[in-house]
Amino acid sequence: MVNSFPEEVLEHVFSFITLDKDRNAVSLVCKSWYEIERWCRRRIFVGNCYAVSPGIVIRRFPEVRSVELKGKPHFADFNLVPEGWGGYACSWITEMSRAYPWLEEIRLKRMVVTDESLELISTCFKNFKVLVLSSCEGFSTDGLTDIAANCRNLRKLDLRESEVMDLSGHWLSHFPNTCTSLESLNIACLGSEVSFSALERLVARSPNLKTLRLNRAVPLEKLSTLLRQAPQLVQLGTGAYSSGIRSDVYLGLSKAFSGCKALKGLSGFWDVDPSYLPAFYSVCSRLTSLNLSYATIRSPDITKVIGRCPNLQRLWVMDHVEDSGLNAVAFSCKDLRELRVFPSDPFVADANVTLTERGLVSVSEGCPKLQSVLYFCRQMSNSALITIARNRPNLICFRLCIIEPRAPDYLTLEPLDVGFGAIVEHCKELRRLSLSGLLTDRVFEYIGRHAKRLEMLSIAFAGNSDLGLHHVLSGCDGLRKLEIRDCPFGDKALLANVAKLETMRSLWMSSCAVSFGACKFLSRKMPMLNVEVIDENGTLDSRLDSCPVEKLYIYRTVAGPRSDMPAYIRTMDQCRVNTIS
Amino acid sequence: MDLNFEATELRLGLPGSIDDQSEIKTTNSPANTNKRSSSEMGSSISDANDTSRSAPPAKAQVVGWPPVRSYRKNQLQAGKKTESETGCGIYVKVSMDGAPYLRKVDLKMYKSYEELMKGLQTMFKCIIGLYYDRELGYNNYGSEIYKPTYEDKDGDWMLVGDVPWDMFLSSCKRLRIMKGCEDMEG
Repeated sequence: MVNSFPEEVLEHVFSFITLDKDRNAVSLVCKSWYEIERWCRRRIFVGNCYAVSPGIVIRRFPEVRSVELKGKPHFADFNLVPEGWGGYACSWITEMSRAYPWLEEIRLKRMVVTDESLELISTCFKNFKVLVLSSCEGFSTDGLTDIAANCRNLRKLDLRESEVMDLSGHWLSHFPNTCTSLESLNIACLGSEVSFSALERLVARSPNLKTLRLNRAVPLEKLSTLLRQAPQLVQLGTGAYSSGIRSDVYLGLSKAFSGCKALKGLSGFWDVDPSYLPAFYSVCSRLTSLNLSYATIRSPDITKVIGRCPNLQRLWVMDHVEDSGLNAVAFSCKDLRELRVFPSDPFVADANVTLTERGLVSVSEGCPKLQSVLYFCRQMSNSALITIARNRPNLICFRLCIIEPRAPDYLTLEPLDVGFGAIVEHCKELRRLSLSGLLTDRVFEYIGRHAKRLEMLSIAFAGNSDLGLHHVLSGCDGLRKLEIRDCPFGDKALLANVAKLETMRSLWMSSCAVSFGACKFLSRKMPMLNVEVIDENGTLDSRLDSCPVEKLYIYRTVAGPRSDMPAYIRTMDQCRVNTIS
Repeated sequence: MDLNFEATELRLGLPGSIDDQSEIKTTNSPANTNKRSSSEMGSSISDANDTSRSAPPAKAQVVGWPPVRSYRKNQLQAGKKTESETGCGIYVKVSMDGAPYLRKVDLKMYKSYEELMKGLQTMFKCIIGLYYDRELGYNNYGSEIYKPTYEDKDGDWMLVGDVPWDMFLSSCKRLRIMKGCEDMEG
């Protein structure tokens, strides 16, 4: 009955199904649907590059056009994952170069990419269009030269926060004159100056260019030249935003900005000189996205900008915005969906800014569509958290970082259990949560009880005992990623929730109290998990079962233990084999 | 070999008494040379254990806390330094004995000799002899090690590390990484 539709019809129907989740469901209906679906799947997303091997992916999906891979654990962003951990894109790119000649898009996050791989990409994929390297490392501007020179149909080159060995800015000059397909270019992370005339010519011959994120080295006085060549820009990242006091530069810039009728997002603003801010006032009313998180702008300058942006949906700022600036946000930005406030001086005990919990409460009151928050501050109270929770039950992402570890409610000196408890209780659609401050096992009880939709949880310096971890593992039905540091969680909770680990993408635990023996046991019991122990002191061979492991990374996989681990990481399979016991 | 008994001790009770120490231990281990850590973070961690440097901070800093990305930390630092300067870098050519091509580095990307050396080592995939130690002076680890030298404003070739970093930034015209143990004196 199912086979009464010809394959072509089913394929056509499937082409409307784009979400991975749905595609996976389709492939489970029956064998023929599985077959049809696998031949017409065009996009692959692999959230953990070690969960599956390139070979397995290629065998199942032979006609892929777009691949997205993620490598290192999230805590690598904060230097908790040692150098040489892994996440090498090389084997993937090499195998795909043979299997997917028509591959168009590669998106990598937290992976190690080499110049050789970039060269391979530029020469093997004839129709290559999109390269996004997010927080990647291992390559130099030499690799970018190959991409620029060889990818004839390149649409997007986005180096988002990658660490590039910046040998020179000359690579950009290698885009041939025939390359006119560029739609998006993000070179903000590069230090070297690129040839401005090459950049200008590239921009001028790219009529479809919508996103341009410059690096700091592009001086402000040249920005208006670029804007005049690309008035169709939708997203712009400026370079350095200061130039001495020069009225000709200001006027030129102001005029150029007013010509950009399509501009919806701004970022950059390094080394900002506030006197140049009014130059972009003309675009403010259309702005939906504003990233001032690298700009040291204080009140009243920042308040003046915010007051002009009634359509803002995303705002990233530094804590220079202060409570007063956030009051302005609450007043003016009624469409705000996402707020991120970063610390200007994260390693100083008392910062010179008046940013407190009040700013966040204010925004939660004034912005009815607020769903995503990342907030660094130095004080918080349960009452503020409860207020925020009641104001904004539509929160999807709540990441709070109180800078001092284990800081209590500053008013009552109590733990912040009740406050975060209110967040998970009221915000029923919460998908991502990061905790901070003084927290006992109680907060995990609340989380386990209420946070049923939670997918990612970050915990630091919290809890009293294994019970805390047990609440999370047994209660959070939707949990996919769990990352924990410096918490007194040991073996009991892990061993009591062994099956849970296979339903998650990954678990990271560092500076906790999990023992070597428990890791071995876990590994024996769950062959579908890689249990990787990281020990930089080099004592893995002599570890007793009762010793606590330094860092632990557990993830489900169909690819077995990986073969590219450095000496200080072992999977517990290896340890089982090595110990004679 | 340091058996580090503290790390093997299982403790009950609230964390906090050993945390700071264990974090400092982690970052000082030789395997952890994560190049993405900012110099401010790195120097304050090593400061706590290296009394030959400037006074350690009152509070021991914890690795990876607060959770600010290295990328952001580096941008903030560069920002603090160059608030009154332009956005352009200080580009100098770097030659290495035996390498066919010259390279260019932006000295402004580094905040110290240590960082510059790390950068050069990564770029040329070689080991550059640790040239600079405030107390011990220059260390020679053997004739296999490369020596970093630079040409200053007066046209003289100097060993990298002689002068304070800021002075080096303003006087360095080009770099040359020399092979072997050619005598630099005279």
